[in-house]
Amino acid sequence: MLDQAEISGLEDFAREIRKKTLYTIGTLGVGHIGGALSIADILALLYGKEMRYDPADPAMENRDLLVLSKGHAGPALYAALAIKGFFPLDWLDTLNKGGTRLPSHCDRTKTPGIDMTTGSLGQGLSAACGLALGRKIDRKDVHVFAVIGDGESQEGQNWEAAMFAAHYGLSNLIAFTDYNKLQIDGPVDEIMSLSDIEGKWKSFGWHVQRCSGHDFAAMHEAVAAAKAQGKDGKGKPSMIILDTIKGKGAAFCEGKVENHNMPVSIETARQAIAELG
Amino acid sequence: MADKEMRAVYCETLQGLAEKNRDIVILEADLMRASGTMPFKTAFPERGIDVGVAEANMVGVAAGLSAAGKIPFAATFGCFASRRTFDQFFLSANYARLNVKLTGTDPGISAAFNGGTHMPFEDIGMMRLVPGLTIIEPSDPVSLEKLVEASAAHYGCVYMRLHRKPVASLYPADESFELGKGKVLKDGNDVTIIALGAIMVPEALKAAELLKEKGFSAAVIDILTVKPLDRELVLKYAAKTGRIVTAENHQTAGGLGGAVAELLAEERPTPVAMVGIRDVFGEVGTQDWLQQHFKLTAADIAGKAMGLFA
Repeated sequence: MLDQAEISGLEDFAREIRKKTLYTIGTLGVGHIGGALSIADILALLYGKEMRYDPADPAMENRDLLVLSKGHAGPALYAALAIKGFFPLDWLDTLNKGGTRLPSHCDRTKTPGIDMTTGSLGQGLSAACGLALGRKIDRKDVHVFAVIGDGESQEGQNWEAAMFAAHYGLSNLIAFTDYNKLQIDGPVDEIMSLSDIEGKWKSFGWHVQRCSGHDFAAMHEAVAAAKAQGKDGKGKPSMIILDTIKGKGAAFCEGKVENHNMPVSIETARQAIAELG
Repeated sequence: MADKEMRAVYCETLQGLAEKNRDIVILEADLMRASGTMPFKTAFPERGIDVGVAEANMVGVAAGLSAAGKIPFAATFGCFASRRTFDQFFLSANYARLNVKLTGTDPGISAAFNGGTHMPFEDIGMMRLVPGLTIIEPSDPVSLEKLVEASAAHYGCVYMRLHRKPVASLYPADESFELGKGKVLKDGNDVTIIALGAIMVPEALKAAELLKEKGFSAAVIDILTVKPLDRELVLKYAAKTGRIVTAENHQTAGGLGGAVAELLAEERPTPVAMVGIRDVFGEVGTQDWLQQHFKLTAADIAGKAMGLFA
C-alpha cells in the first residue's frame, strides 16, 4: 500500500508530467494533448514507483520495460523520461521539430528510455508479448508493461496478441487500457463500442482488474495484485482497465472530443500550467 | 548432390544455428508442417513458437523478441508474409531498426494448387520499398544454407523467399555466399541473363544452351540478393555484354527487372528485356503448367534475349 507521502510524491510527479506535456505541445502549437494527459498518472506511477530502471543506463540488464502502444501519447512519456533524467529537459523544446529526438510517435532509436517503436495502432501489444516472451525464455525477472488505447483496442491485432499472451502464460506482462472513452470521431461507445471490455479480456484468459486511472492508491494495488498473481512465472498476463478522462487536468480540453490532436497555443498552455499550480 | 527439399535445408540450417546460438528462435503461424520446421520445435521446444493463424501478431512478437535480444526467423506463405504483415514488418521491425528475419514460402508459381490467392507476384516489389531491408531468394540448397547463416550473422531485417520443394544443387557444398553478392554461373560475351530463384536460375542456364545453339554466347548470373542489388556485378556485365535479360518468378514491375532497369537507366543505359509476370494475378495449376502459362521457361528467356539482337 502506498503511504500518504508516496501518494503526494506521485501527485507531484504527475503534475510535472502534465505541465511539461502542455509546455512541449504548446511550444510546438499542436499535438495529441488529450490522450497524453489521460495517461500522465499511470506514467507517474510506473516511473515513480513500479518500474526498475536506471536513467544513466537505459539498456540496463533486468530493467523493466514499457511499450506505449498508443505511440501518439509520446509527449507525456517524454516528459516523464526527461524529469527522471533519461535526457536533458531542454529536449522537450524540440518536439516534432526537424531533426528532433522527440518525434510525435515513440521511436526506440531516437529517444533514450523508449523501449519500443510504436505509431501504427494495434502493434504495441504484440511487441510487448515478444519482449515478455524473450525475457521469460532467458529466465529474467523483468516486467514488461504496455499501455494501449481504448480506440486502439478496435484493432484486431490486439486480440491476436491477447490470445498469444494467455497461451504462452506471459505473467510478466502487465498491460493497461487507457479507457478515456473518446476517440477521434467521437465517443468510443458511439463509434465502435468495446462493450464488456473486462469480460473480453477475461474470456481471452487474462487476469483483469479495473480502477480509476487517476487514483494512485488503487492503481498501485492493481499492479501489486497483477505482480503477485504472476509471481514465479505462474499466473496470467494482466490487463488493468484504467477509467480515465481524456485531457485530464487541463480545463481548456478536458473531456472534449476534439482534444485528440488539437492546436494548443503557448498562451493556452501557460494558463493551463498555471492552473495546475 | 541429389535434389533436396529446400524446407528441410531451411530447418536443418536453423537447428544448426540454434545449437550454437541460444538467441535463435523461430516463429510460425500454423504452418510449421508446411515450412518443415517441426523438427526445430521438437529440438528446441521453447524456441519454436507457433502463434496460430495470426501473421500480424507473429511479426509483432518477432519484433519484440528481437528487442529482447533474440534473432527471430518468422515464416509463413509469401503472400501473407508480404501482404498481410506489411505494416507490422515495416514499422515494428524495420522502422524500429530491429533484427527480424521474415521468410515468405512458396514464391510465385511454386504456390501451384493454392492458386492466385496464395501466389505472391508482388512481395519483392512491396519489400523493395522498405529502406534498408535485405531481400534474398536462394536458388539451391547450398545457397539457402549459406544465406540463412549470413542472415543470422547480419544485424538487420531480411526478407527471404523460400522455395519449399526439392531442388538440385547448383553449387559445391563449400561455396561461400555473401548478402548483396551475385554469382556468375556461366560467363559469356553477347548477352547476360540475370536470374533469381530456384525456378528461374536453372531455366536461365538452359536458355544459355539454347542461345549457344543459335550462335550467341550468354552469361548467366544468379543474383541471389535483390536488395541491396550487386551493382558492381550488374554494371560489369552490362559493360561486357551490352545486353541484359532479367528472369524472375515475380512481377517484373517492382521486381528484379525493375531493380536492374533502375540501376542501368541511371548508371549505364543498356538494352534490357524482362522475363516475369506482367501485371496479372496468379492462377491454379501445376507448376509446369503455370511456368508455360506465365512464359517463365528457358525458351521464353532465350526468345527475349534474341529480341535484343534484332
